[in-house]
Amino acid sequence: MKTTTVVVGAGHSGLAVSRRLTERSIDHVVIERGEVANSWRTQRWDSLRLLTPNWQSRLPGYDYGAHGGRDPDGFMSMPEVVRFMADYATLVDAPVRTGTTVTSVRSAGAGYIVDTDKGRWECKTVVLASGGFNVAKVPELGGAPPASVTAMSAFEYRNPAALAPGGVLVVGASATGVQIADEVRRSGRPVTVAVGEHVRMPRLYRGRDILWWMERSGLFDERYDEVDDVVRVRRTPSPQLVGTPERATLDLNALTDQGVSLVGRLAALRGTEALLSGSLTNKCELADLKLDRLLDTFDEWAAESRVDAVGPPERFAPTRVPPSPPLRLDLAGGRVRTIIWATGFRPDYSWLDVPVLDQKGQIRHDGGVVTGSGGLYVMGLNFLRRRKSSFIHGAGDDSRDLVSHLAGHLDSLAAA
Amino acid sequence: MTSANVDNGVNVEHLLGARNALTEAREAAQFTWKATNEWLNGTHSRSSVDSYHGLGEEHQHRSTFTFEADHPLVFGAEDNAATPVELVLAGLASCLTAGVAAVAQNREIQLRSVKATLEGSMDILGILGGDPDVRNGFNDVKVSYDIDADASPDEIRALVAQSQKRSAVYDIITNPTNVSVEVN
Repeated sequence: MKTTTVVVGAGHSGLAVSRRLTERSIDHVVIERGEVANSWRTQRWDSLRLLTPNWQSRLPGYDYGAHGGRDPDGFMSMPEVVRFMADYATLVDAPVRTGTTVTSVRSAGAGYIVDTDKGRWECKTVVLASGGFNVAKVPELGGAPPASVTAMSAFEYRNPAALAPGGVLVVGASATGVQIADEVRRSGRPVTVAVGEHVRMPRLYRGRDILWWMERSGLFDERYDEVDDVVRVRRTPSPQLVGTPERATLDLNALTDQGVSLVGRLAALRGTEALLSGSLTNKCELADLKLDRLLDTFDEWAAESRVDAVGPPERFAPTRVPPSPPLRLDLAGGRVRTIIWATGFRPDYSWLDVPVLDQKGQIRHDGGVVTGSGGLYVMGLNFLRRRKSSFIHGAGDDSRDLVSHLAGHLDSLAAA
Repeated sequence: MTSANVDNGVNVEHLLGARNALTEAREAAQFTWKATNEWLNGTHSRSSVDSYHGLGEEHQHRSTFTFEADHPLVFGAEDNAATPVELVLAGLASCLTAGVAAVAQNREIQLRSVKATLEGSMDILGILGGDPDVRNGFNDVKVSYDIDADASPDEIRALVAQSQKRSAVYDIITNPTNVSVEVN
């Protein structure tokens, strides 16, 4: 089978790209291993809601209002996200081939061959829109937990009732870690969170959603070629945010209020013990200082732009760090029965047979234009082109830019 | 990167250049730091440092540096030099202060004075074998900085926080490390 462009993945990124390709009448297919929004359907825990407010859920030519939504300040549950994406796929008439798994992408002449379990596609360009969060990253800790402990990734976690009775160690304090820790703690289990580098954010600032500030102040639009250190910002953990009807803040102080114990980063597993870093105080200090700098930025923007309809500037109490958190946890004594790895995710490129990965297995790209392989593009990674790139609404601008580049590439092939 | 009128004596361009070069040449980034030590008498010993390996080859320091250590009079020793644990505090302080200067240079903050005071608390029943539940090492290390610089209090706190984030000795002290000791 032949087409001009193969898009791998029918999530928000792939669908946005499909819409842009259709706008330019570029012949394409969208290959999807499951159904539209497959990861949102299958790889998320039961209670999860988006951490972006509904009004921010928008894709090219579509938004929450057009979707018929009536709660712009709310946060979508996973079934609602799936419905939003499925409706979008129908609206843009995306040529999605569901239930089709890509087994290989490789170069062939000036184009690519995409092999799937349902046959081969020959094409001139490929857009990798399979997501940045396919595989749970589990740190190398020099050992394994004892047999009495069940270890699982956030992909495997579903709800507290499915866990063994007893204590839970959540490793990681980014969005995933704090959300799971909060939910498990509310089920009555003792919960300890191992805290490394993290990004602290209040849900509301001066009466507005923090992501309203990120968007309106222009920070979400900040480009990858404008920041000092793109490697560092691409590694920035997800903010400690949760989408709840109460619009509650879920920072470490909120977890402490719930009775969650904070300990340092999990540094090693030795025998039946977890060894913890003594760096908790500094990790919290870094996050508190960074939050204050962010709020300073917002306050300056609000003053310069004469933004009204917001409350007065505020600052949040420093993170309360326990005076001497334990440096080791006994994993064999029965107090910890479950470890949940909330230590981040990475893309899966196991089927990508084009030599574009660096030594760390990350794809080399310049704002989504894959380096060293003309006509290959990637979408949806952290800070791909903009700070908002990994958010649903980030797909709009990125897909416009990359499909514009892709069209230029097709023109150059035609001229050659 | 460096503003002409901020000079903390740190060659930031050199450090940033090294980072860019070494992320593409991981082998060259593998360093081995070395020391030798010789017993003098009692608890008194002398360590020497003269070379290290890195960037794919052996390097000599500009001279051989020596560091003596001993135990104090209250331990029944001669107090010929600082104790080894005090050298650890000195190592931590030197590492953090170097980081403060480098980060300040990179952030174009002029330093005027940087002073650190360190305390490591220890229950010595651990090293004496008097209570098996007491660890040998520090219970707690406190570092207190007094910094005079052209920056706000929060910017100064951020310098110190960033210095900890990038400090080798801070990492060595706060995280476990495999140590193998052999007898030839």
